[in-house]
Amino acid sequence: MTERRDLNQELGRILGPDGPDIGCDACFRELDRYVELELAGADADAAVPGLRTHLEGCPACREEHDSLYALAGSER
Amino acid sequence: MTATVVTATVGAVERTLAAPTTGFLDDESREWLRALRAEGPERDEAVARLHTLLLKAARFEVARRRPTLQHVRGDLDEIAVEAAADALLGVLRRLDDFRGASRFTTWAYKFALYEAAVKVRKRAWQGREVLLEAEGWEPFADSGLGPDAEVEQRELLETVREGVHSVLTPHQRQVLIALAVNGVPIDVLAERLGSTRGALYKTLHDARRRLRGHLGERGLAFASVEEK
Repeated sequence: MTERRDLNQELGRILGPDGPDIGCDACFRELDRYVELELAGADADAAVPGLRTHLEGCPACREEHDSLYALAGSER
Repeated sequence: MTATVVTATVGAVERTLAAPTTGFLDDESREWLRALRAEGPERDEAVARLHTLLLKAARFEVARRRPTLQHVRGDLDEIAVEAAADALLGVLRRLDDFRGASRFTTWAYKFALYEAAVKVRKRAWQGREVLLEAEGWEPFADSGLGPDAEVEQRELLETVREGVHSVLTPHQRQVLIALAVNGVPIDVLAERLGSTRGALYKTLHDARRRLRGHLGERGLAFASVEEK
């Protein structure tokens, strides 16, 4: 039996997030700065526009962001 | 929040915000750079410490992804060891790129996490077929739409499906279906197609923009809900 999947999530994966997106290469360049701003409670999205949108559209970069946030955060 | 914490937080914010333009380095990061640029035993010792740091990060990543590797035989620590070795080369090669926008250790960690994550994705998909076309698309036709589905949802779905076939190039269609419908990890697809993560993501991004434009031309729009 085919598992019913949530249509909105399915469409979200296909259509992706709306708005400026910095892409994978710039995401990697800026990721450490972005994560440290997040950990410091600063406005990381204002400092690095388009990175949050990219994380919503790119599961691989999102996983790496989450790992860096967890690892760097564990040392605070 | 205590005064100490506030001071530390403000200090960190000032450092990270100021770093890209001023090149400010904290003491620990400056010491890392100095030692890694030294010669002889001092540099060897710094490189060894850096490798230890990167191996810790790579093992951290492999441990986080272990649930995706349950079907994989063999020593998973090999992945971390290889990732740390590749990350070490990457960090040393790009040492001059470090401008102090973060702590040196945070900057270095991202290389190890990236290398480990890519290797884990590839290992998890080793030997699996990468579906690029209709097999992955058909289940979508059955998903989530019962007889009581909203008319708008049905129209949206039909328009997206039609747009995938009418407004995308064959390459955009392949990449979109593999990544966004069939769930193929982008690094796995990059390896199979002889491409890169950045190039494939740009293709995906362009395809998504075309599909959104296709919806817009028909008076439709989809507001994505961020997955938590």
